Amino acid sequence: MAGNEKLYGVLALQGDYEKHQQSLTHLGARTIFVKTLDELSRVHALVIPGGESTTMLRLLDYYGMFDILRKFGAQKPIFGTCAGAILMARTVSSPAQKSLDLMDMDVERNAYGRQVDSRIVRLDSALGDLEAVFIRAPIIRRTGPGVEVLASYLGDAVLVRQGRHLAASFHPELTGDTRVHQYFMDIVEA
Amino acid sequence: MILNEAFRTKIGLAEMLKGGVIMDVTNAEQALIAEKAGAVAVMALIRVPSDIRKEGGVARMSPISVIREIQHTVSIPVMAKARIGHFAEAQVLEALKVDFIDESEVLTPADEENHIDKHPFAVPFVCGCRNLGEALRRIGEGAAMIRTKGEAGTGNVVEAVRHMRTIMRELRQLTTLRSDELMVFAKNHQAPFELIEYCHNHGKLPVPNFSAGGIATPADAALMMQLGAETVFVGSGIYKSPEPEQFAKAIVKATLHYNDPAKVLEACEELPDGMPGLDVRQIKQEELMAGRGW
Repeated sequence: MAGNEKLYGVLALQGDYEKHQQSLTHLGARTIFVKTLDELSRVHALVIPGGESTTMLRLLDYYGMFDILRKFGAQKPIFGTCAGAILMARTVSSPAQKSLDLMDMDVERNAYGRQVDSRIVRLDSALGDLEAVFIRAPIIRRTGPGVEVLASYLGDAVLVRQGRHLAASFHPELTGDTRVHQYFMDIVEA
Repeated sequence: MILNEAFRTKIGLAEMLKGGVIMDVTNAEQALIAEKAGAVAVMALIRVPSDIRKEGGVARMSPISVIREIQHTVSIPVMAKARIGHFAEAQVLEALKVDFIDESEVLTPADEENHIDKHPFAVPFVCGCRNLGEALRRIGEGAAMIRTKGEAGTGNVVEAVRHMRTIMRELRQLTTLRSDELMVFAKNHQAPFELIEYCHNHGKLPVPNFSAGGIATPADAALMMQLGAETVFVGSGIYKSPEPEQFAKAIVKATLHYNDPAKVLEACEELPDGMPGLDVRQIKQEELMAGRGW
């Protein structure tokens, strides 16, 4: 089965990393949680889960992982959801914070509002009709010419690809639908 | 099952907080320290539990101005406590757009029979529990996150351990039953039948299960995570220790690497001493907080 060769890491500093692992495992991928540099060095592709981007950023800094993760991204595929997408952006606002600059896009944090404004919607996407769970979600305010928009909501890109990297401002891992994870695995296996 | 759309977005936020530390704060300055140290969320409350315990009187929801200032100061989720049964305090907190409401035994209960009906709220709730039946009653009322109660403000982890062990043991027992034994289990544990069925089928609660009440050292945090907590709440421990920021960082590290003793050792070495603790058995029965809520 596809996926038996590559080892997928799920960054597990905090957040819904277990949900991502379940989606990948369901598709037959081999996975490990990545909490250390040693674990990062073993994987062929990485998922940065939903969670709190500020918190993840602090922990990446404290444990000396930030620059190494950026180097990882320069060579290997990364899929980020919500907080993960924020970390992968070129610039981040509201408030401004540093990011890995792996994709040519600008992201505004918590742009739909606070938790009471979280929602579940249906989207038309390049992968077909998708259920999208937005939780204190960011908005991708700008995408560069090299970025392919795979789905939009209210006029803003919500699922984007640039080369080997994939990012979503919503949480495919919180639905039973594994098509977005399959799409990422297809990138990795290609 | 109650997993409708609104409930799923509520549980969704709880999922985002897994594997982290939620820190009690009483003002914006403390909230900033918590965020810097790597907290996944802050919990606004009027006084930390050990001060509530010491000073007595009625403990209520935090002053609105303080919560607002915290919301403006940090970008991580801001939670706030409401008194048990005080749905009007909860309505105010929802209007203020806090990200999570803790219907908490740490504050003085406003209703000694009923908890808040949490389903009509758009904002998610977390509630305390001591066992599986209590957890499922709160989830039945609409709680999107459960935390074991422990005994807040003591710096003593013994009750947190008791409550986490109880709930995990009862979950394991439930999974071994035949389906025709579930109704009597529901009866004995005074829990909604459909939630008993869910736990029987899945071997876990339908919402995340966090731990609170008495966690005072990095090793305490690692202990609770190994016993099954998915995130820990730390209250009085941080700001009652001599170096709050260092303490908070060490707890975050131990929670992240809870099953790596070498890393927990590093966390332990990073701080001088935990807060002074209380022997729970020396506390008068009427002063115990975990008994509040029903």
